[in-house]
Amino acid sequence: MMNNKKILLSGNEAIARGAIQAGCGFYAGYPITPQNELIGYMSNHLRDSGGVFIQAESELAAINMVYGAAASGARAMTSSSSPGISLMQEGISYIAGSALPAVIVNIMRGGPGLGNIAPAQSDYFQATRGGGHGDYRLIVLAPDSVQEAYDLTREAFYLSDKYRVPAMILGDGVLGQMMEPVELSVKKAKMGDKSGWCLSGCQGRQPHVVKSFFLREGELEKFNLKLQKVYRRIEEKEARCEEMFLAGAEIILVAYGTMARIAKSVIMRLRNEGKKIGLIRPVSLWPFPREAFRAAGRNTEYLVLEMSYGQMLEDVRLAVAGRRKIEFLGRSGGGILSEGEIIDKIRSLIRKPGGRK
Amino acid sequence: MHKVFSVPDPLRKTPTHYCPGCGHGIAHRLVAEVIQDLGIRGKTIAVAPVGCAVVAYDYWKFDCSEAPHGRALAVATAIKRMQPEKIVFTYQGDGDLAAIGTNETIHAANRGENLSVVFINNAIYGMTGGQLAPTTLLGQKTSTSAAGRDKKLHGYPLKISEMLALLPGVCYLERVSLHNPGEVLKAKSAIRRAFQNQLEGLGFSLVEVLSPCPTYWGLSPREALDWIRDVMQKEFPLGRIK
Repeated sequence: MMNNKKILLSGNEAIARGAIQAGCGFYAGYPITPQNELIGYMSNHLRDSGGVFIQAESELAAINMVYGAAASGARAMTSSSSPGISLMQEGISYIAGSALPAVIVNIMRGGPGLGNIAPAQSDYFQATRGGGHGDYRLIVLAPDSVQEAYDLTREAFYLSDKYRVPAMILGDGVLGQMMEPVELSVKKAKMGDKSGWCLSGCQGRQPHVVKSFFLREGELEKFNLKLQKVYRRIEEKEARCEEMFLAGAEIILVAYGTMARIAKSVIMRLRNEGKKIGLIRPVSLWPFPREAFRAAGRNTEYLVLEMSYGQMLEDVRLAVAGRRKIEFLGRSGGGILSEGEIIDKIRSLIRKPGGRK
Repeated sequence: MHKVFSVPDPLRKTPTHYCPGCGHGIAHRLVAEVIQDLGIRGKTIAVAPVGCAVVAYDYWKFDCSEAPHGRALAVATAIKRMQPEKIVFTYQGDGDLAAIGTNETIHAANRGENLSVVFINNAIYGMTGGQLAPTTLLGQKTSTSAAGRDKKLHGYPLKISEMLALLPGVCYLERVSLHNPGEVLKAKSAIRRAFQNQLEGLGFSLVEVLSPCPTYWGLSPREALDWIRDVMQKEFPLGRIK
């Protein structure tokens, strides 16, 4: 149930408010641009809803505080931007390896290294391939509007709890900083029962242990197989994407997050000229919405657009499996493709010799 | 018949994996005895280290969490903040607490987190095969300082407890040893004090325990105890630090 009142929020604030609305009881973070409004909002407001806020001494400490809070049964979150998320990878692997739910927000900036503070999408591999060690997955959700940032943050908590798999919100500096009207939910967060495994003192029950260490022969393999089963279930049930004008499309743009907003403008302009252009916007980057790529017509080409030099491109190739042609256009390191650049590329595809007229 | 000695309830009746003469078994037992004496088993949550004692939860009978190497106090901070009514402690070795986790140690102490820490100092890395630790003594031979710790190459033994004494958030610091029965009893009362402080909400308490590692000191169990008495405690003096 929604109330109709909309308020103007930045993406960062919307994520913070979505988290609190979802019953987030713990946040730890370390300042880094361009996500500082998020830690700022949490420091001022999480306590009002009975939650605990800690400004940690580093990203390493922050993610391990999230581990401790999640082990206590709380809905726990941290946020950062690219270099800080790199520092958290050890902790994320341990959270995955201990089957703890948690939400990690990455408001991406340019890399590699210290890079810059401009928006980018160059952490796609890190987010979807498991940036830390071991065979694990994160549920990765990529909003393309402030409203969706709010909604998907709540969703990330629910999914993470449901599967006991950590979830990531993957945005970028544009999404974090821009302001849009948001309709807030008044729905009360439903909290699941974690008393069967969380650490709360063993009064009246057998002790619980939260761990990711399986030294005895065969144990770790067994645990991994259990994780894999969960991952397969998530792949079956939780893939989501937005599709636009796919029927009869000659060129299907594939883009997520901020890049998808620009792609949508391009589509509107070209469709007004009668061009048959469609869009697949993956909303979950893992699981990747592979099914969306099965419906394309025989002559359809895909054009993948990213604020990176071709990372999601690999998932599109896997989904398309050689059945259709795939083109790519990307900029990164602070550069963002303009509508004009994309339109030029599309026109060249339409006009190219041997291609369609 | 009156029973004068038995396995404390918070300790499982199972043999440990520790080497002959290792101090961890004694330290585990002291912790278990204190928890039994204070009647807090049902509300205690431990954070185990990475190192020889990583499977402490196989020996203790209360809720336990693991933590990545060095991050025990970050994990413990969040557990305690989420559940202030519980008794939360970390059990960490010298590599965990004073090398890779120095940052977490200093900042948890400086925030005055209401936690208890049992810090096992055996001046060496046990689990990985006897490498140089931050607390290794000058001249002490290890597998990564075969000619002995050289201050020019490796710096000095790190006195983390003395460093922590500067921080206003720390309420209690004591260094104890396991090298004879009298010292073991003193160690127990220091650990009890650290837990008692937490029950009273007084802030950060840490007990540094000088503990034998005969295997990687290249000594017999008996010689290892004598080495603590004759050599190690000269560098790490016993007693109340704060």
